[in-house]
Amino acid sequence: MRHTISVLVENKFGVLTRVAGLFSGRGYNIDSLNVAPTNDPTASRMTIVTRGDDATVDQIVKQLSKLANVMQVQDFREGEYVDRELALIKVAVNSKTRAEVMQITDIFRAKIVDVQPKSLTIEATGDETKLEKLLELMNAFGILDLRRTGKLAMPRN
Amino acid sequence: MATSGTCSTNLVTCNADAYMDSVPLIAITGQVNQAMIGKGAFQETDIYGMTLPVVKHSYLITDINDIPRIVKEAFYLAQSGRPGPVLIDLPKNVQQARTQPVFPKETSLRSYRADPRASELALNEIIGLIEKSERPVLYVGGGIISGNASKELRQFAEATQIPVTTTLMGCGAFPETHPLSLRWLGMHGAAFANWAVNGEYHPAARPTEPAKLKAAGADLLLAFGVRFDDRVTGRVDKFCEKGTIVHLDIDPSEINKNKPVSLPIISDVKFALGRLAAMVKARPLQKKFTAWHKQIARWKARAPFGYSVTEEVMKSQHMRDHLKGREREVILPQMAIEMLYELTRGEAIITTGVGQHQMWAAQFYQFKYPRQFVTSAGLGAMGFGYPAALGAKVAFPNRQVVDIDGDGSFLMNIQELATAHIEKIAAKVIVLNNQHLGMVMQWEDRFYAGNRGNTYLGDPERRKQIYPDYTAMCQSFGVKCERVMYLKDLRPALQRMLDANEPYVLDVIVPYTEHVLPFIPSGRTVADMIWQA
Repeated sequence: MRHTISVLVENKFGVLTRVAGLFSGRGYNIDSLNVAPTNDPTASRMTIVTRGDDATVDQIVKQLSKLANVMQVQDFREGEYVDRELALIKVAVNSKTRAEVMQITDIFRAKIVDVQPKSLTIEATGDETKLEKLLELMNAFGILDLRRTGKLAMPRN
Repeated sequence: MATSGTCSTNLVTCNADAYMDSVPLIAITGQVNQAMIGKGAFQETDIYGMTLPVVKHSYLITDINDIPRIVKEAFYLAQSGRPGPVLIDLPKNVQQARTQPVFPKETSLRSYRADPRASELALNEIIGLIEKSERPVLYVGGGIISGNASKELRQFAEATQIPVTTTLMGCGAFPETHPLSLRWLGMHGAAFANWAVNGEYHPAARPTEPAKLKAAGADLLLAFGVRFDDRVTGRVDKFCEKGTIVHLDIDPSEINKNKPVSLPIISDVKFALGRLAAMVKARPLQKKFTAWHKQIARWKARAPFGYSVTEEVMKSQHMRDHLKGREREVILPQMAIEMLYELTRGEAIITTGVGQHQMWAAQFYQFKYPRQFVTSAGLGAMGFGYPAALGAKVAFPNRQVVDIDGDGSFLMNIQELATAHIEKIAAKVIVLNNQHLGMVMQWEDRFYAGNRGNTYLGDPERRKQIYPDYTAMCQSFGVKCERVMYLKDLRPALQRMLDANEPYVLDVIVPYTEHVLPFIPSGRTVADMIWQA
């Protein structure tokens, strides 16, 4: 099962290692991890996407809550949250394909942020399915480089 | 407290031990100058990073003015909630700086809650379950001891007449001499405790056949301050398979970790047991569980902890090497512990190493008080016994403190004899010397066709001599030591040891052929328990 876990932590050194250690110590991989400050400057929010059986993830969530610098842990279920991810995609283009790539970019409501003679860089935002779909289409032209922020999630209520 | 580098890495085991057994511990480690951190300086290690998985919390102090707050927080964290180790790493330049300290009055940890309390509803539900049950058992652990809840436990058990079994960590949480005590359970625990929790089974004719139930075990298991450790449960899905389980613990992460339960309650155990005892006092139970107590009495009568000088012992190499012509005077390890129990009237503080002697110490010494039995249970750190005894003796200079140790374990921290001598700490040691790593040897004998993987600790070329010579070694440390070979010498030697006003080592030579029984092999069930030699 895929889990999206949101962790509110105190902004202190070592917190990230402690959190990550709970995953690595169980042989669990983190698919994506995003850390950034919140509106409270002493706190940061982590969004972690991982895969694992429910019992083990449940155990990780409980262990996370126990850490002295962790303030809140939420394990989101499907449909309970909105999520977004930002990707920068550098696509190989030539004079023949450039127009088509720009057209697809438009359909996906993404933006061209840089144009080079042999490449275009696209900034795309969306949920996972949208980005996957866009990447699939761009693969046909040749993705030269890809940077993703990892998923951000926020509960609906 | 440890200096930087190797000294701190030696503390990793201590932290891991304290983490496993929920022992409040403050570890202060020295660190190289902040300017040198990360440069591979002499005796530099990232002890903060190295200990992350085995501490409750840790700090690297970068500003001298943080010291008062951090130390206060550390002591609070280590002792509150579920206790555990807290490490403070202190760089040398911070150690040598000067400041005018400002001591905080309170600790404020905004994301830490230490004192959860069970709701009245949940506690009433427990009472309801007890009233419905026929065969309840209290299964309690170290949580009772660290939660200082022994008094409340006893009140509750006596008011409800529910029999009590403990984990190894829980030894002493409930007086083992009490009629309601089932002693401790698990791999080497009392057969009657294991039966009471799991039921008794007819031995299966073939290993493939399902074992048939002979007498039912608990229909209600009140698991308070325990963590369903594999050494307690064996095959965990079969543990108390037929019973309703209530799991009460201060740590939410213990709930449903090893064993899914019917009623999980997160609470400070002292509060919960205190409330439960008061509720039962206000409205006494109707049930007396008479049939259940009769069944338990039968089990207790049938399978007490025991030992005998078997044919195997009589014919062993030990006899040929050390007791030729005086075979009747052989000392079994269990005898020495039983005699110690008798001579100390069960009042001594006992520490142990790890292995067979540890199990026998727990079996043949009956503990009456919390913190009377100090052992490395979860981590199983050999060498724990004597340093722990020194600590206990310093804390309780007027109590008799005896480390019941094995020759393998004792040797691992033998240098502490110097501490005992120099600091004049009169902690005693009984080395149950069988010239082997006994517990490993027991597994070799049972599961690996008796193949020895360096588990013989004597000198293979001089098997008739005891190696190493503890009397000579202790003498070099300035510590008194006697070797006891024959049963007739044991009692007076023990008495001399107990009477001594200084550290004292008794090197008791015992046969290696003894196995710890009862024995539920790892990952198996009570139906596979071996309890008769």
